[in-house]
Amino acid sequence: MVPELYRVQRVRQETHDTFTLELRPQSGAARLTFKPGQFNMLYIFGTGEVPISVSGNPTGATLVHTTRAVGRVTHVMSRLRAGDVIGVRGPFGAPWPIDLARGHDLVIVAGGIGLPPLRPVIYHVLAHRGDYGRVVLLYGTRTPEDILFRAELERWRARFDLELHVTVDRGTPSWHGNVGVVTSLIPKAPFDARSAFAMICGPEVMIRFTAMELERRGVGTDHIYVSLERNMKCAVGFCGHCQFGPHFVCREGPVFAYDRVEDLVHRWEV
Amino acid sequence: MKTLAELLATHPFFRDFSPEHLELLSGCASQQRVDEGDFLFREGEVAKAFYVVRHGSIAVTAVTPHQGLVTIQTLGEGDVLGWSWLVKPYRWHFGARALEPTVVVGLDAACVRGKCDQDSKFGYEMMRRFAQVMASRLEATHLQLMNVYENRS
Repeated sequence: MVPELYRVQRVRQETHDTFTLELRPQSGAARLTFKPGQFNMLYIFGTGEVPISVSGNPTGATLVHTTRAVGRVTHVMSRLRAGDVIGVRGPFGAPWPIDLARGHDLVIVAGGIGLPPLRPVIYHVLAHRGDYGRVVLLYGTRTPEDILFRAELERWRARFDLELHVTVDRGTPSWHGNVGVVTSLIPKAPFDARSAFAMICGPEVMIRFTAMELERRGVGTDHIYVSLERNMKCAVGFCGHCQFGPHFVCREGPVFAYDRVEDLVHRWEV
Repeated sequence: MKTLAELLATHPFFRDFSPEHLELLSGCASQQRVDEGDFLFREGEVAKAFYVVRHGSIAVTAVTPHQGLVTIQTLGEGDVLGWSWLVKPYRWHFGARALEPTVVVGLDAACVRGKCDQDSKFGYEMMRRFAQVMASRLEATHLQLMNVYENRS
């Protein structure tokens, strides 16, 4: 699959190490379409290619990706400016089960940089609000300075049809919100555990603890979905870099039903 | 106006508690209001009670060498605060300060320990519930210590 050329329309610095790119096809054609949870391979010419989940609105005009500068490619990517051109291959991977969750309460749990891959779900749900029961977004970060999409979170919190709680692991003197891990928000969150669907994205340790807390609350493991993003390189299941037990994350994931990967997530050597 | 036993019965911590045990416990209970910014207790003080939060929110605080007073956890309606009353030497490991006007029900430690000693079934039920609180706090601390959101680039 040959990368398509996309021009950077806008770069937004979200936090000290996390940024958002808004992209448009250089050709002027319509942008590629995607489902919430899918990812694209973004190619910085002369540097390399990385898998990044789409963080934008599935019906928006631009293709939006949010990522953190953690390696060589994303550090170079963080220096892109409006007008620069990159390559895009995609979309790849299994999406979040937004159709399956229709008619049910929905619990979205994001940790740190795990919020961007879930943001398209929130856009979709809010655009089709009548299709879902109660919708709860629980978001945990390290510090208040690490909160992503702050203005948007404040807008969402003002809505009467979305329950949003944010917590930080480490408070600061100027922070007046919740302090504590994201799992501590689950016991009191308003959803019907017997039928709710849960979607979790964040570091694997956080996913594991969150899934356990949801199970404790009574959510079935077949209703819990997680996004695992492990060393994806080729995005089509050929190279084997993302192998996770019997699964190739890039092809079968990144979104998995938790009952398919539960045993693997609890083993540290996988 | 609700009795203390009725108030306790509505709190999640005492869900499915028997009416007899609630009545027993209510003899140790008193409702308290805490103004915003006031400490319910401070680190190092004798733990004379534990609390269930009815309304408002509480910051669990620790004094650290470099940052001074820091909030390590926030608790709100439906939470239970404090287990230092249960283990010797019965001194608070952390402080607790109201983040807004807050209403709690305080349970006198010596009174509850006495009833636990007298009624082993009641005592077991209390220990079982506090074991869950302690396990949850331990799990949360474990997760916080791992600093899972840190950028290690």
